[in-house]
Amino acid sequence: MSDMTQTPPVTAETGRSSRISWTSIALWGAVIGLLALLGWGLMRTNATRPEAGQPAPGFDVEFFNGYEWQGKQAADLDEMRGKVVVLNFWASWCVECRLEADLIEQSWRQYADQDVVFLGVAYADVEPNSIAYLKDFGITYPNAPDLGTDISDMYEITGVPETFFIGKDGVIEHVQIGPLSQATLNGVIQQLLQEG
Amino acid sequence: MLKRNRVWLIVALLLLISAAVFPVAAQDQTVTDDEVNEVAGEIYCPVCENTPLDVCQTQACADWRELIRTKLASGETDQQIYDYFARQYGEGVLANPPSRGVSLVVLWVLPVVLLLIGALFFARFMRGLRGDEAQTATAGPAPAMPPSAAPKATGDDYLARVEEELGKTNE
Amino acid sequence: MIADIGYFALVFAFLTAIYSAVAAWHGNRTGQPAWVESARNATIAIFFLVLLAAIMIIVSLLRDDFSIEYVWRVSSREMPTYLKVTALWGGQAGSLLFWNLLLSIFTAAAMMRKWDKQRDLMPYALIVGSLTQIFFLFITTFVENPFARLAAVPADGNGLNPLLRHPGMIIHPPMLYLGFVAFTVPYTFAMAALMANKLDDTWITSTRRWTLVAWLFLSLGLILGGRWAYDVLGWGGYWGWDPVENASLMPWLAGTAFLHSVMIQEKRDMFKTWNMFLIILTYSLVILGTFVVRSGVISSVHSFAQSAIGPLFFGFIAFMFLLSAYWVTKRRAGLTSENSIHSYFSREAAFLYNNFLIIAILAIVFLFTYYPIISELFTGEKGFVGPPVYERALAPLFALLLLLMGVAPLTMWYRSSLKRIEVAARWPALATTIFVGILYALGIHQWAALLGFWIVGFSGLLTLLEFWKGTRARMRRGEKLLPAYSNMLSRNRRRYGGYWIHIGVLVMAIGVIGSALFQQETQIRLQSGESVSLGDYEMVFNQVERYPGADDLVITEATVDLYQNGTLVRTLHPRTELYTRTMQPMTIPNARSTITEDFYVLLVAWEPLSPNEATFRIYLNPLINWLWAGAIIFIIGTLVAAWPDPREERILAAQARESMLGVAD
Repeated sequence: MSDMTQTPPVTAETGRSSRISWTSIALWGAVIGLLALLGWGLMRTNATRPEAGQPAPGFDVEFFNGYEWQGKQAADLDEMRGKVVVLNFWASWCVECRLEADLIEQSWRQYADQDVVFLGVAYADVEPNSIAYLKDFGITYPNAPDLGTDISDMYEITGVPETFFIGKDGVIEHVQIGPLSQATLNGVIQQLLQEG
Repeated sequence: MLKRNRVWLIVALLLLISAAVFPVAAQDQTVTDDEVNEVAGEIYCPVCENTPLDVCQTQACADWRELIRTKLASGETDQQIYDYFARQYGEGVLANPPSRGVSLVVLWVLPVVLLLIGALFFARFMRGLRGDEAQTATAGPAPAMPPSAAPKATGDDYLARVEEELGKTNE
Repeated sequence: MIADIGYFALVFAFLTAIYSAVAAWHGNRTGQPAWVESARNATIAIFFLVLLAAIMIIVSLLRDDFSIEYVWRVSSREMPTYLKVTALWGGQAGSLLFWNLLLSIFTAAAMMRKWDKQRDLMPYALIVGSLTQIFFLFITTFVENPFARLAAVPADGNGLNPLLRHPGMIIHPPMLYLGFVAFTVPYTFAMAALMANKLDDTWITSTRRWTLVAWLFLSLGLILGGRWAYDVLGWGGYWGWDPVENASLMPWLAGTAFLHSVMIQEKRDMFKTWNMFLIILTYSLVILGTFVVRSGVISSVHSFAQSAIGPLFFGFIAFMFLLSAYWVTKRRAGLTSENSIHSYFSREAAFLYNNFLIIAILAIVFLFTYYPIISELFTGEKGFVGPPVYERALAPLFALLLLLMGVAPLTMWYRSSLKRIEVAARWPALATTIFVGILYALGIHQWAALLGFWIVGFSGLLTLLEFWKGTRARMRRGEKLLPAYSNMLSRNRRRYGGYWIHIGVLVMAIGVIGSALFQQETQIRLQSGESVSLGDYEMVFNQVERYPGADDLVITEATVDLYQNGTLVRTLHPRTELYTRTMQPMTIPNARSTITEDFYVLLVAWEPLSPNEATFRIYLNPLINWLWAGAIIFIIGTLVAAWPDPREERILAAQARESMLGVAD
């Protein structure tokens, strides 16, 4: 029986067994390489999570007509450096977003003359419905669609509504999952304004 | 008589006016659910998990189906609608992803490369065809089965041999 | 109190698994069989401990103990008793506990067998078996603890996911888990054979039945999943190439390749390294599949990386894979064979083509399933492939596989079988061509369908011929038809059970071709009394009713009359069900099934409804019931092949004795 074979066969077979070990090496090398690559990739995603304490990922937006920022049709997050940024993800089909819509608009009007930017991003929405939603709640702060769901991918949102508070230095201060409360909104903005 | 005719005239006018006032409704009727579903079936919900738009039950999906209906009604082709959705919501919403970038590598190049590697292994397993005719390690001429390479007997084989001896089978 | 008992049972089970591995290793190293015996008995202890934990959870579920988070998550007061019990596998923590229970049963059963012929394998089998148990018990005890408590006790629970309340769905996870868990046994024995350096096919023959049973349960799980999707999920289909579906399919594919490939090793002592690779692959895919199926992690690589469980699973799979690779490489000298293939048309070659095709299918499914994660990992954008891509890529491979299925039984070991195939295939090929010609004349012009039917017909005829040839040979010896057939079957269970499985697959293929290529559908809004036509059917809408059901259910049911060629054939009741507490809707279709097709109606839930107005989605699925009929044949064939055969046992035992004594074979 072949389990008695301990030494590799000679003559032409020797060529075969050294070829076997080459392919074994190549095969296991490929597998180990793949596993290492995956492991590295996974660790990397863990390291660069957009959470409190991490720098806010940069992005650019094209605003809805009538909801521009400083009169510009398009803008970059970098341009808002030096100001506090309240980045709010919402959608017209999102029921919970409606719970915070009034609150955010009131808050915006309160801080409109200070170094604060409120930016609404419509996630996976249809433009006419987004505009209708904004009109419904009388929203006046800048709003833009999340084209290609790029921004929401970058911020790894788990759903809507989700709000990111970004400090003047471009670092995320707080992430709010779900509708905002008056206390949280005021509290975080005040804190970020004071940080200069 | 005349009064009745006037009534009919007014009714006809009213009908004409309503047809003019509700053109959108009239247009929607020209796009059937089936036409919407045909396009919607090839687009996957950007928000839900692995659900095509024609079966998805959420409000968002209903909005998207309406969007498809409106676009079809205004004369857009299927491909234009797919492109629009890809631009708005990312290419990951299409059932048939376009072939470029990572998609090209993973979905086309890699399978071909793996197939070639598989074929290489294949060829190596088949190397016996080349080597063994000249080899003296196994005894006997090619047509006869060398005893060392004979198929091992298993339970099936014993029984099959019995069958063979007792009648014509093809094992 | 109960939860504490359950939790400590898990902790002790975990510690006992560690003990089992260490004791087996120590006893083997120092040559003290007492330690190894103790390790073996420990597997029984583990079973009892995990069983205790499972009982504690079920008791908690039955007692509505909502202080336990898991009970709150998956159960509620109004749920019927049987659902409370099945809620054991309704959520992640519970299903992991259930997995552990099954694993402990199978490991104990495998270890308590008679080892006399393979004593040297036992310690290694204990070590490897314990490794799997250690990992899963670790996850259940310390990461996904089913006995975790809630700070404040809620009044009532969420209730089971409505999807899981249907009979088909209740049994689907246990079937899959049985299949997954059973596949760990051949793997354990393969690793034990490597470690003990017993590289003949003893490990294969002793786990042959395990492999077949594992494959049976996995097949059942997949078929039931498809049937349930068709019956209850309500999208007109049975397989969506969903990542979760694919994650269960992949170990099945690897297992199928393995089942076929080991026959080459048994007959001609070849492909030992390849067989090792296949069982390692099957095992790895099982672990991966378990994880994917339960945690829904494919949706986002971020949730994978950030969950506690993701990296642990990744680490475990990587570790076991590398461990296995190490041992295969270490023993590679003993795994080589002097034998080689001598003809492209021999049976070895046929099995090789079979493996090549199956692994190609597996590779493609793997690539497409994990493509979203790969693309998200390296480009930040989540890619996606839908069913059309899978079908385009896989259809030719499956077609070739079906063709091979018919031709392979004609091949002979070692020799070229080309002449024999040519002779035997002549009239079946002719008959099938005529049949397909008739189909064409009847109006079927799609070349894919014609080709598909040709392959199915051709392979089907060849396989049926195998039955006929064997039966006829016995009849020539004087047996009557029926006894000849059944004796042939019982003396060659593996072969003829296998042929029945092939017939089952071919019949299923007919169902797939019909329903995939000739499906018709339409969606329409109807008023009471209005009708819609599809095919030669006409469906008249009567009315919609709404009424409360059991539990917190509200049922909205439509009544429609189905006419075929003018005569009323059935009244159907498609409905939607809403579980008001969780506001989760379900759309339950209703279908009229015949051998030729299904007329399948859905009530479209998201369009407005009134008692006299509703929107319907109708599918006409030709030949779909051949799929289910084929599945039944398939399962019966597997049972035949797996059935214990006392005669075969005796022969195997004799062979094992011979090999032990070193007698040349």
